Amino acid sequence: MEPTVDILKDLHYRMLRIRLFEEAAGRLFEGNKMPGFLHLYVGQEAVAAGVCVAMRDDDQVSSTHRGHGHLVAKGGDLNKMMAELMGKADGYCNGKGGSMHICDLDLNMLGANGIVGGGTPIAVGAGFANKYKGNDTVSVAFFGDGSTNIGAFHEAINMAAALRLPVLFVCENNEYGEYTRRDKVMAINDVVDRAAGYGIPGVIVDGMDAVAVYEAAVEGLARARRGEGPTFIEAKTYRYYNHHGVQTLGMKYRTDEEVDAWKAKDCIEGFERRVTEAGLISADELAAVRVELEAEVEAAVEFGENSPLPEVSTLLTDVYTEVSR
Amino acid sequence: MTATEPEAEVRELTYLGAFNEALFQLMREDEDIFIAGEDVGLTGGVFGSFAGLIDEFGERRCVDTPISEQAIVGLGIGAAVSGLRPIVDLMFMDFILVAMDQIANQAAKLKYMFGGNATLPLTITTNGGAGVSAAAQHSQSLEAMLCHVPGLKVVMPSSPADLKGLLVACVREDNPTILVKNKRMFGKRGPVPEALYEIPLGVGNVVREGTDVTVVAYGRMVPESEKAAERLAEEGVSCEIVDPRTVQPLDTDLLVASARKTNRVVVVHEAVRFGGLGAEIAAQIQEEAFDYLDAPVARIAAPFSPIPFSPGLERHYVPNAKRISEGILETLGRPVPGA
Ligand SMILES: Cc1ncc(C[n+]2csc(CCOP(=O)(O)OP(=O)(O)O)c2C)c(N)n1
Ligand SMILES: [Mg+2]
Repeated sequence: MEPTVDILKDLHYRMLRIRLFEEAAGRLFEGNKMPGFLHLYVGQEAVAAGVCVAMRDDDQVSSTHRGHGHLVAKGGDLNKMMAELMGKADGYCNGKGGSMHICDLDLNMLGANGIVGGGTPIAVGAGFANKYKGNDTVSVAFFGDGSTNIGAFHEAINMAAALRLPVLFVCENNEYGEYTRRDKVMAINDVVDRAAGYGIPGVIVDGMDAVAVYEAAVEGLARARRGEGPTFIEAKTYRYYNHHGVQTLGMKYRTDEEVDAWKAKDCIEGFERRVTEAGLISADELAAVRVELEAEVEAAVEFGENSPLPEVSTLLTDVYTEVSR
Repeated sequence: MTATEPEAEVRELTYLGAFNEALFQLMREDEDIFIAGEDVGLTGGVFGSFAGLIDEFGERRCVDTPISEQAIVGLGIGAAVSGLRPIVDLMFMDFILVAMDQIANQAAKLKYMFGGNATLPLTITTNGGAGVSAAAQHSQSLEAMLCHVPGLKVVMPSSPADLKGLLVACVREDNPTILVKNKRMFGKRGPVPEALYEIPLGVGNVVREGTDVTVVAYGRMVPESEKAAERLAEEGVSCEIVDPRTVQPLDTDLLVASARKTNRVVVVHEAVRFGGLGAEIAAQIQEEAFDYLDAPVARIAAPFSPIPFSPGLERHYVPNAKRISEGILETLGRPVPGA
């Protein structure tokens, strides 16, 4: 489905919102203001934006350790996100989760995940609930290429296929799992080849092209809503930063030329070039969006910095739901 | 250090350096040893544990695996029963849960279920412990779960020298062993003999002699307890620190002997207190030394919650020297400052 100009604007907005948020998080991490692990999403924005623009608000998302992009694309509150990444009391998880467990259940973002493969079965469970309730909500599982090598992934997607659950499987193939190249750990060239083994349709899309991702997601979501079961989308993409942290170049496991080649296909730059050249959105308007988002991100950083650390008294809360009888 | 260690040149090495050196020496000695796990080859392990091995031993013996914890452990089991001596690595201790069937239902029980007709010289290495804001799924200390399964041996080294000697013992052992390094000790330096030596599994170590109270600790809680003991020494309290080193099998004799000597025991671990090893150790001590005890066996451990991400919460979660000192003073019936 050809996206309207409004949709194009939305795609751009969400991609840029992710990019600017992540870049700011990276700077804070470098400045030692962000504890723990930081898996940045930069480079892959077209995937989260493309899929989430195609989704309805009630559709759910399961995510990964590289999960900020999915929450931003679902409309996440940058203030609460930044505060969470800093381990602050006003964060999404009150400082208990951090980057790897960030979530917003109200936005139907069912959480980032520290366990590779851990989120995919959860999306299948959400899909089950939707079918059970008889609504036409769809759940989307975002997962990396590397996670398709773990048992939980196989079990989940097979179950979704067998039970014809309304789930969209979105593989973000960035060609690496940590520091290991994909071709060393799977004997197929396209992850989507796996779809055939589960008896579900699979498509490959250019994961640097938000429009292509959007169009594929529209199809997959519609199929699921019609009760025809899951679809597998493989988005070919790339992460610019190291697996964790903010280094980009000079890594042993990938060449700088490879990084540069992918950056030349940057999802935001390419998008901005195409829409301005086609006269669909003006350069001024794009620039205005950037200014607006920069201010939002800056405010989020300030919010995070000003938020206090959680009270010690909260250490033992939330382990269980309080029994209310 | 035990008597089995030869007089050899002793240098300072880091905890990880000692681990790495042992691997080089073991792999040179025995062709049947290989390593397998995520990023253990080309990258040398995400923490550097396996650095350089691939350069000397090649891809045949340093295998970068897919992200497949069950299959990684299974690979080790199958290769072990087929005559090899595998070392398989699970990057974080939390990930043993992903592989728990292979560990607990397969590796641990094969020999017994087969009436003795299987030998499993398998070593699983992993990294546990909290305190680095790695949050609830990358910080756990799950040793009690492993120790509960008959057939496994579990090792929690507290110093570079122990790490080297215990790893050697694990790899040479004809049973499945799990060696848990502590993430916060990677850079910790200490004297390590250069030669290859073994610290037998199931043999504990009196890290510090004392007379007033026995502190049983393992892993990173040993240096933390040493800090507490130093502080308390200034107040005239003499702590004996006993490190079982292997938590399964447990050197009960050593713990009991110390309890009988000092008459008071405090057990310290990073893991959650409820159902933790402290409970087992306290039970064994009261069974064997009840008449010698002047106070209940105390436990200093993590509270009953998942591990929080925020440093503001996590620093109240992981036991530290201060909490250990307070626990010791309470057990001694002495006033606790600020309490
Ligand atoms: C069960 C499990 N094994 C290993 C890890 C460590 N780990 C975290 S991310 C990652 C790589 C994941 O690769 P992929 O699924 O391709 O996602 P990407 O990082 O490329 O986005 C690994 C091995 C983990 N978190 N969980
Ligand atoms: Mg990947």
